[in-house]
Amino acid sequence: MRKLARYLKEYRLQCTIGPAAKLLEAVFELLVPLVMAKIIDVGIAAGDRGYVVKMSLLLVGLGVTGLASALLCQYSASRASQGFGTTLRRELYHHINTLSHAEIDRLGASGMLTRMTSDINQLQLAVAMLIRLVVRAPFLVIGSTILAIGIDPMLSLIFLAAAPVIALLLYLIMSRSIPYFKTIQKKLDRISLVTSENLEGVRVIRAFSNQDTERRRFAQANEEYRDVSMRVGQISALLNPLTFVVANAAILAIVWFGGMQVDAGRLTQGEVVALVSYMNQILLALIVVANLVVIFTRAAASASRVNEIFDLVPSVQESTAQPPHPVPGPWVEFKDVRFSYTGEGADALHGLSFIAAPGETVGVIGGTGSGKSTLVSLIPRFYDVSGGCVRVAGTDVRDWPLEALRHNIGIVPQRAVLFTGTLRDNLRWGNADADDDALWRALQTAQAADFVRGLQGGLDAEILQGGGNLSGGQRQRLTIARALVGRPAVLILDDSASALDFATDAALRRALRNDTAEATVFLVSQRVNTVRGADKIIVLDDGAVAGIGTHAALMESCETYREICLSQWSKEEAGQA
Amino acid sequence: MKQNTKRKKSADLKTLKRILKLIGPYRRYLAAAVVGALLNVVLALAIPVLVGRAVDHIVGPGEVDFTGMVPILAVLAAAVAGSALFGWLMTLATNTITYRAVRDLRRNLFEKLQQLPLATIDASSHGDFVSRMVNDVDQVSTGLLQGFSQLFTGVITILGTLVFMFSLHFGIALVVVVLTPLSLFVSAFIARHIQAMFVKQAKVQGDLTGYLNEMTASQKIVKAFGYEARAEQEFDEINRDLYHWGVRAQFYSALTNPVTRFINGVVYAAVGLTGALTVIGGGLTVGGLASFLSYANQYTKPFNEISGVVAQFQAALAGAARIFTVLDEAEQTPEPADVQELQQCEGRVQMEQVAFSYTPDRPLIRDLNVEAAPGTHIALVGPTGCGKTTLINLLMRFYDVNEGTIKVDDHPIRSLTRSSLRGSFGMVLQDTWLFSGTVRENITYGRPGASEGELIAAAKAAHAHSFIKRLPQGYDTPVGEGGGNLSQGQRQLLCIARIMLTSPPMLILDEATSSIDTRTESKIQRAFDEMMAGRTSFVVAHRLSTIRNADCILVMDAGRIVERGTHDELLAKGGFYAKLYNSQFAPTH
Repeated sequence: MRKLARYLKEYRLQCTIGPAAKLLEAVFELLVPLVMAKIIDVGIAAGDRGYVVKMSLLLVGLGVTGLASALLCQYSASRASQGFGTTLRRELYHHINTLSHAEIDRLGASGMLTRMTSDINQLQLAVAMLIRLVVRAPFLVIGSTILAIGIDPMLSLIFLAAAPVIALLLYLIMSRSIPYFKTIQKKLDRISLVTSENLEGVRVIRAFSNQDTERRRFAQANEEYRDVSMRVGQISALLNPLTFVVANAAILAIVWFGGMQVDAGRLTQGEVVALVSYMNQILLALIVVANLVVIFTRAAASASRVNEIFDLVPSVQESTAQPPHPVPGPWVEFKDVRFSYTGEGADALHGLSFIAAPGETVGVIGGTGSGKSTLVSLIPRFYDVSGGCVRVAGTDVRDWPLEALRHNIGIVPQRAVLFTGTLRDNLRWGNADADDDALWRALQTAQAADFVRGLQGGLDAEILQGGGNLSGGQRQRLTIARALVGRPAVLILDDSASALDFATDAALRRALRNDTAEATVFLVSQRVNTVRGADKIIVLDDGAVAGIGTHAALMESCETYREICLSQWSKEEAGQA
Repeated sequence: MKQNTKRKKSADLKTLKRILKLIGPYRRYLAAAVVGALLNVVLALAIPVLVGRAVDHIVGPGEVDFTGMVPILAVLAAAVAGSALFGWLMTLATNTITYRAVRDLRRNLFEKLQQLPLATIDASSHGDFVSRMVNDVDQVSTGLLQGFSQLFTGVITILGTLVFMFSLHFGIALVVVVLTPLSLFVSAFIARHIQAMFVKQAKVQGDLTGYLNEMTASQKIVKAFGYEARAEQEFDEINRDLYHWGVRAQFYSALTNPVTRFINGVVYAAVGLTGALTVIGGGLTVGGLASFLSYANQYTKPFNEISGVVAQFQAALAGAARIFTVLDEAEQTPEPADVQELQQCEGRVQMEQVAFSYTPDRPLIRDLNVEAAPGTHIALVGPTGCGKTTLINLLMRFYDVNEGTIKVDDHPIRSLTRSSLRGSFGMVLQDTWLFSGTVRENITYGRPGASEGELIAAAKAAHAHSFIKRLPQGYDTPVGEGGGNLSQGQRQLLCIARIMLTSPPMLILDEATSSIDTRTESKIQRAFDEMMAGRTSFVVAHRLSTIRNADCILVMDAGRIVERGTHDELLAKGGFYAKLYNSQFAPTH
């Protein structure tokens, strides 16, 4: 929590004024029973109507100033808490954007999202409560007690006994119920998990006619949720009645012993009434404290989740060097590259060396988990190598400023994702300043121009979230066009044609060859026919190079490559090739 | 406008009736809650009167009547204990009602999910359904049921307070009553503003969540395009908007407390003034004044609470309405009375004059005729969107045909139980589905009773055994949400193992091996071939190599079968298939 306090700095003024104003209101509130006691003891006792009127006006005056200071406090609290949340959200999002792929993998999208939304909302609420109530509630408890001491030190012993008993009750009940909140959240997550699974897997579940199994799974989660909720409910149901009993027992004692004091002439009737009022005030204030404890417990959990992200240091550290001048020679070079995702586990890649010249097309082929995607993700430095080095334009990627490096590289990811907005917005991801001509050229190469012309609005067509209004093949072609818009020196297609039918796939490869003549193109695929025409094919097997060469050379020399080909072709074709 | 509000009111009323029906089974608890609330409030309200009476026995030095105080204090103690006890019972009863009703509501929703036709599930947003299951049900539980008890205690408190005050002194009570509209007016005013601000804040919050949801899900693409700065700029705009409305919403909602406290203060002062003057005039005792002051202190609080409850109530009704919309969705056609079990399936499949479309204005499949003799292997080929997957949806009766008939072993599939029809097909889809359980639970999903030996044999046939062995806990390794810790290829292998274990009479493979490398695929293909010897199968694939050995290839385009025959026949014909096939091997230069 302390770490996040720095985001409150901007609002130091509000954080001071707020509690101060609240304190003022509380002081006025505490004065009310005293004034009332005066009305009873002085005004009524003497039958002085003028005094009664004067004092009543004073009460209204206290109310007005109390209201004014309360409003000031609420306004400060709103400004400070919302401002704190806004700054925190901005900074956290900024930090997320500095993280590299390794950290993104670890956090997961839902992890980032809940921290940015519900966790920060929780913290915002805590800040508002902090300003509004943290001063007020304890002040009312302590102030009431002190004023009680001022009225009658003997009777105030009752206060000194009752307040801690109530506090202890609060502590016992809260400390027993708070741990359950986490359990409840977990049980609710489980309900939501089983529901989503049943939606996603509806075909499989119905195919196996397993609805009864699913009903049982859901019923279990549902009953567990109810059980835990009931258990917490039973514990916290005790809170109000018990504090009520203790506070009223104290009032009873005040009346009885107050009577003795009055009898002995040490106290007045009005002062007994005032003491009763103070006791009631303490009861109300302590109930507020109980709510605060719940809010702060939740906020503390949220704070630690937010700090988890802030504590992540991007594993890829930005170079501060100037963008290097490209030197003639190979554009992309891998030298003895070794890489592992975890640092300790088995290497995802090892002993990898190759060069790729401008204008060259490099095919990357291999089985599931052989390291194809890993290889290409090292070029834009999404991950840092564990050994060896990757050079782009003759400079180690670790010496490039990241933005300059990635500006040179166009990537078409495996998953064809588009974003809400117009088609034009989406295509301009690669280059914010691209004009329509450039966009159409890219669409043409990506074999997408025809269907885009057919879309209502053309480049202004609205893309729904995730590109839901387009087919898989259309999305894929648009992501290819998006990468081409930046006219990158290195183009990476990571198995990006899987949803295309064969005719389109072939046309796309022809167009790429013609339109990106100077670029170094990496084609990652499981299809032999996609990589077959490449200038150089890298065959990966279990993270190691099984062979590098042209199709013909590999058919001669590389056993793994031959096996892949045979598994995809009929015998005659393999023979012809 | 008026018509509209009227209509909305009657809709709200209907929703309310259904909620009451939901808590019907727990009406004994409801009665207990009502009685508990009543006694709790009445006893609590008696306390100030009793304290006041006791104070009246304390007049001044030497004028304290202790013997008169004893019975009053005894009654006071009993009232405190009674009020606490009944308050506790009321809470227990409302808790019970709430959590049981919530459980029932969730159970009904889940049961509904099992009965909805695939068409409805496919067309709806899954996130939205989950949100109804979790958030809306919560809203109903807190807002409606707990709000109900607050409303109830609130009303009793106000009425009770008035009764006690009028019984103490008519004139002063009248002063309080006259001031009542003031607090009602103010809380209504604030409530309206809060509502408006919250609506705006919720909208911007929704925008922000939507934006982040989209961006964080594709954070790697953001990085790849160096889009970070632009994303932060766009985010900042929404974030600033959220600040703007957030401050206002927060401020207005924070107004309620100080303002009611102020009104309370005014009522308190008015009672103090009129009360003190009345005491001087001899119309009231000091103790009576003290009781009055206690009442004045708590009189406006229920108003405040009730206005809060009304807002909660509306939110709950909105949530309940969303839940009931789902519960009212049409269910899949019930099975007819003379429905049969498909037994000892031979595997003859016929589709006669089948027509189908997802939306009436866009016909997809027309005049479709297919006949598969027992044991034949049918391959479905064609460009994206030609209707291959739809055909499978129809075979499994996930969707019902619009026209024509589908028969299995000469029985129209509508005359068969869904479970026996679906049970005779083994199905592997491109979208792998694993649930959050162990690897073992996932493989035995179709046959929970399978022995360890059968399990391992199936995993071996699917070439999954070796990687499963390498997992941290082998077959007992938990599979994360959506199978997160496995690669797409590994997940597909588990789905294949799942089918290998059930050994169904017919098989449907829809791009079942799309994420598996081709060498493993060809090995799995052999296992499939062994398994499917003599059984009917339908295979959809992009890779022509996997379908070359089919007995019959159905080439589909735009919902129709344009060609059919074996691989060699179709190549010789030089039609659509031949074009498709040659494009795969077209030279790229």
